[in-house]
Amino acid sequence: MDYNWNWAVLFQEPYLGWLLSGLQWTLLVAIAAWVIAFVVGSAVGILRTVPNRLVRTLAAAYVELFRNIPLLVQLFVWYFVVPELLPEDLGLWVKRDMPNPEYVTAVVALGAYTAARVAEQVRSGIQTIGKDLVNAGLAIGLTPLQNYLYIRLPISYRIIVPPLTSEFLTIFKNSSLALTIGVLELTAQARQIENYTFQGFEAFTAATVLYLVITLLVVLLMRLIDQKTRIPGSVGAN
Amino acid sequence: MIKIDNIDKWYDDFHVLKGCSLEVERGEVIVICGPSGSGKSTLIKCVNALEPVDSGRIVVEETDVTARGTKLPLVRARIGMVFQHFELFPHKTVIENLMMGQIKVLKRSREAAREKAESLLKRVGLADQAQKYPSALSGGQQQRVAIARALAMDPIAMCFDEPTSALDPEMISEVLDVMVELAKEGMTMMVVTHEMGFARRVARRVVFMDQGEVKEIADTDTFFRNPETDRAKEFLSKILAH
Ligand SMILES: Nc1ncnc2c1ncn2[C@@H]1O[C@H](COP(=O)(O)OP(=O)(O)OP(=O)(O)O)[C@@H](O)[C@H]1O
Ligand SMILES: [Mg+2]
Repeated sequence: MDYNWNWAVLFQEPYLGWLLSGLQWTLLVAIAAWVIAFVVGSAVGILRTVPNRLVRTLAAAYVELFRNIPLLVQLFVWYFVVPELLPEDLGLWVKRDMPNPEYVTAVVALGAYTAARVAEQVRSGIQTIGKDLVNAGLAIGLTPLQNYLYIRLPISYRIIVPPLTSEFLTIFKNSSLALTIGVLELTAQARQIENYTFQGFEAFTAATVLYLVITLLVVLLMRLIDQKTRIPGSVGAN
Repeated sequence: MIKIDNIDKWYDDFHVLKGCSLEVERGEVIVICGPSGSGKSTLIKCVNALEPVDSGRIVVEETDVTARGTKLPLVRARIGMVFQHFELFPHKTVIENLMMGQIKVLKRSREAAREKAESLLKRVGLADQAQKYPSALSGGQQQRVAIARALAMDPIAMCFDEPTSALDPEMISEVLDVMVELAKEGMTMMVVTHEMGFARRVARRVVFMDQGEVKEIADTDTFFRNPETDRAKEFLSKILAH
């Protein structure tokens, strides 16, 4: 193979700057989307466990809709279709004046999609709590809302830290799809470096290493949270 | 004090409680027994409206538990409930388990709640376990914490659903001792149990349930010596055999 290795290119300007800027956008997309996913996903997951049947059905519909349509399709729908469906004024504003539309769209799309997955984890966490433990909260006089706040949710969230970790990791990987609507995140920048320098291996190796570092940091962070919050005596506790 | 008046309850098309009636007087200890699936747990959960009834009425000290618009949390707070599998809050320490309801429901100050919790833990012999998590305790200890948690709400009555049937034999008596003491202090108690020794010691009356019906309500002595129905005779011979 006739390939001229040139690792130095990664440390030259403007390429180093491109990589760092890509890293920054990856972090910005993933973290903002995670905030949405966590908040919306928690709400939807909790609503899937309430007594009201209509509310439960609507929440289930959200999950099925967003979980089953490929993320890439959703991204395009948010980017190309949704602005057309909005009320005229709002649609115009989104298309013309909304700052950083690619970024906002990527965050919303990724957030809404991941929210469906978070919702499933939250629901299953709540549902692993036995009926009599729920009754025990009610029996000391907690209202159903207090029972969620002080008993059911604190236990559920402690249980689901590990599966949430994997959703959090996935959101970083999925954030690379944002390049399809023009967000210059890490993968997009690696491609751009390849286009300019023909040093594709180096560029993508650098991107891979950066993704790995992110993964490692996330795993460490979540493990810390897990250790801090884990219920003593639960499986795997020390 | 507790008046269960002709209640009926279905789970879908399964008739789990059939016209059950029962009155419990203040300070009375009633033991409820009967074969598995006869509806004992369901009946006791109806008393503090953890399960709704389909018809009939349950009145606890003037409050109609089954009426629409009754503030259920306040009713429930006045009736202590002890479960077969303890059901302590696993993410809270023992003392926090006892303080939770006092603070959130009775709006006691943390200090008052802590003081009450400590005195109750002392009473059930677990003063030294206050800072542990439930999982670090034995079954018998957990059940005593559960009883203390219920007592922390200053209940007017206590319901027990097979409080010792999940325990290793050597731990049963430490829980029964607490219950006997409670009975002697005059607590109104409804106890689902197959501990006939306990029934003989403290129960004034025994209720026998079978297939969703209250088949017999008899003075404890009478029930053991001379049960009315054949089903009760059969049941007694089975559980007294071992
Ligand atoms: N949530 C429910 N949905 C449907 N059926 C139920 C439900 N809870 C209980 N049952 C049924 O109702 C019947 C009475 O149950 P219950 O728990 O009150 O019996 P029990 O007398 O307490 O029995 P055990 O001694 O086994 O605890 C049983 O046949 C049970 O299968
Ligand atoms: Mg039962």
